[in-house]
Amino acid sequence: MATVALKSVKKSYGDINIIQGVDLDIQDREFVVFVGPSGCGKSTLLRMIAGLEEITAGELKIDGKVVNDVPPDARGLAMVFQSYALYPHMTVANNMGFALRLAGVPKAERDAKVKDAARILQLEPLLQRKPGQLSGGQRQRVAIGRAIVRQPKVFLFDEPLSNLDAALRVQMRIEIARLHSSLAATMIYVTHDQIEAMTMADRIVVLRSGKIEQVGTPLELYHYPANVFVAGFIGSPKMNLVPVKVQSAGADGITIVLPGGGTAMIPVQSSNAAAGSAATLGVRPENVAISADGPIAGEITVVEHLGGETLVYVNVGEGPFITVKAGGDSAANVGARVRLSLKTDEANVFDTNGAAMVPKVRKPLADLEKRGH
Amino acid sequence: MVATTTTSSQASHGGVRSGRGVDTRPLIWPSVGVLLIWMIIPLALTLWFSIRNYKLDDPSITGFAGLGNYSYLLTDPSLTTALLNTLLLVGGVLIATVVFGTLFAVLFDQDFWGKGVARLLVIAPFFVMPTVAALVWKNLLMDPVNGLFAFITRSLGLGAITWFSDMPLFSIGIIVAWQWIPFATLILLTAMQSLDREQIEAARMDGAKAVSRFIHIIVPHLGRPITVVVMIETIFLLSVFAEILVTTSGGPGDASTNLTYLIYKNALLDFDVGLGSAGGVIAIVLANIVAFFLVRTVARNLDA
Repeated sequence: MATVALKSVKKSYGDINIIQGVDLDIQDREFVVFVGPSGCGKSTLLRMIAGLEEITAGELKIDGKVVNDVPPDARGLAMVFQSYALYPHMTVANNMGFALRLAGVPKAERDAKVKDAARILQLEPLLQRKPGQLSGGQRQRVAIGRAIVRQPKVFLFDEPLSNLDAALRVQMRIEIARLHSSLAATMIYVTHDQIEAMTMADRIVVLRSGKIEQVGTPLELYHYPANVFVAGFIGSPKMNLVPVKVQSAGADGITIVLPGGGTAMIPVQSSNAAAGSAATLGVRPENVAISADGPIAGEITVVEHLGGETLVYVNVGEGPFITVKAGGDSAANVGARVRLSLKTDEANVFDTNGAAMVPKVRKPLADLEKRGH
Repeated sequence: MVATTTTSSQASHGGVRSGRGVDTRPLIWPSVGVLLIWMIIPLALTLWFSIRNYKLDDPSITGFAGLGNYSYLLTDPSLTTALLNTLLLVGGVLIATVVFGTLFAVLFDQDFWGKGVARLLVIAPFFVMPTVAALVWKNLLMDPVNGLFAFITRSLGLGAITWFSDMPLFSIGIIVAWQWIPFATLILLTAMQSLDREQIEAARMDGAKAVSRFIHIIVPHLGRPITVVVMIETIFLLSVFAEILVTTSGGPGDASTNLTYLIYKNALLDFDVGLGSAGGVIAIVLANIVAFFLVRTVARNLDA
């Protein structure tokens, strides 16, 4: 049972502001992922919650109590580090039991707790080994085991999967998600990998340059990004961000001029868009299709056959290539001239400042929500 | 005397065919040969002199002594004293350097203002020649009349300590430790810098305070570099000589005579080369016993 609350939390080294005022409420048993590009301050923020970095200004509350000046071990948290940070001279069992040993827990009780955690993580045969004798995935599990043994209020993960190979990463991702539901603990997870964020999070916090860009469920962020940055960061393949011009704004939506001169009407509230101003059209690759009567003309430049789907990159003359996600049996050929159509009710428009215009109709995402508690 | 073990271990690598099918033996032999001659001639001469009657001040005494030199030396009570002093000096200085080296390494690993200068200063004694170091300590610091220590103790009303008469071996130990603590600090400081910071942070999260972190994380991490320090220092500390010659000349009596100094005394003060050589052979045997155990322990430690 633990909630974490940040109130205009700031961190600066001298004149450099790493975290410039973060407000966030994390609910009990929630799985929150901090995601953002390198240097956005996500790890620093996590380390501030952990107590490894001082908080320059603002308030950090765990379970409603301000813990700014509480030492890391007294905050009731456990952290899994990127490098695993296992103690190399101790066996797996001693690594996992170290915190309990320091806390003076009797040996029998300690062993029982270590055994319990080892069973959950299938580490039982490895308990007497040293970290140097384990594979990367096993070390990762020991690091998680060390956190579990302490029965913390909140688990903190600092890019725990970035040192694993792709296959193992998928497997550990599932394992961590499974742990989250079986331990019913609050978890905060830092990653730069938006796929990890999308697959594991209850809520994603997108950070850039020490500021929160958007907080929301994975699907909220996917379908209704608050700005161009979030739109470009979340989703793979990336959302197409096409520079366009506003032709007119009306009650039903906004009419924009597409590359090549065609127009499209996007149903968003467009009160602050002046005719003739620049804007950005955001449309996911799956919402673009090759069809003879589409408003955009272009030439196919690259075709990537992935088996189940095909990614077609179309040069439309100006701006970046437009990515089209087509079926696995797509007959697209490099060099062919095609026309593209858009699903306008799934498209986003961002104004000159990059902020998203609010859609007229918002799909209910509630039934798409992941784990209900 | 110690280099004999080094040579033999190098020689055992000779004669290995490399993966490319080239016989590397002719390429290795010149250097191995030079090293072998380098070691063998002094060793052979020492062995030869140790069984001869050979006195510098009396050329009329010649011929074989058989094991006479050895039996004389082994029944001489000063040999026992010298062996004991050697062990005390090596052991004491090792303990001092490892303890202070570790503390300094942890201390100087911290971030503080003037870190660069402070690190340079703590390393500096290593660059002072043993003779000079001993003279500085003898005349400027430990002198019972003019020394700094005497000045301090006298101004506290405690009177002066006559270091080199009251505790000769301990005083020499202090000087030698002063010279070797920088070496231990240097090795252990570099080891500290390779310590994974996340491990320290993980220990902090696990509730380890500074002392527990030191005991459970830092000391085990420094285990290997400490064995390296112990091995290298042992080799040099077995042959401490200049500090003794400059300060106490082995005295009073035999109180600060170690094996090296005893050999010097027999061969060059008492002019008995035969006896000195016999002492040298005993030193070689002793050094090899120590080296054998050290190399074995260190090898095991480095494997783990």
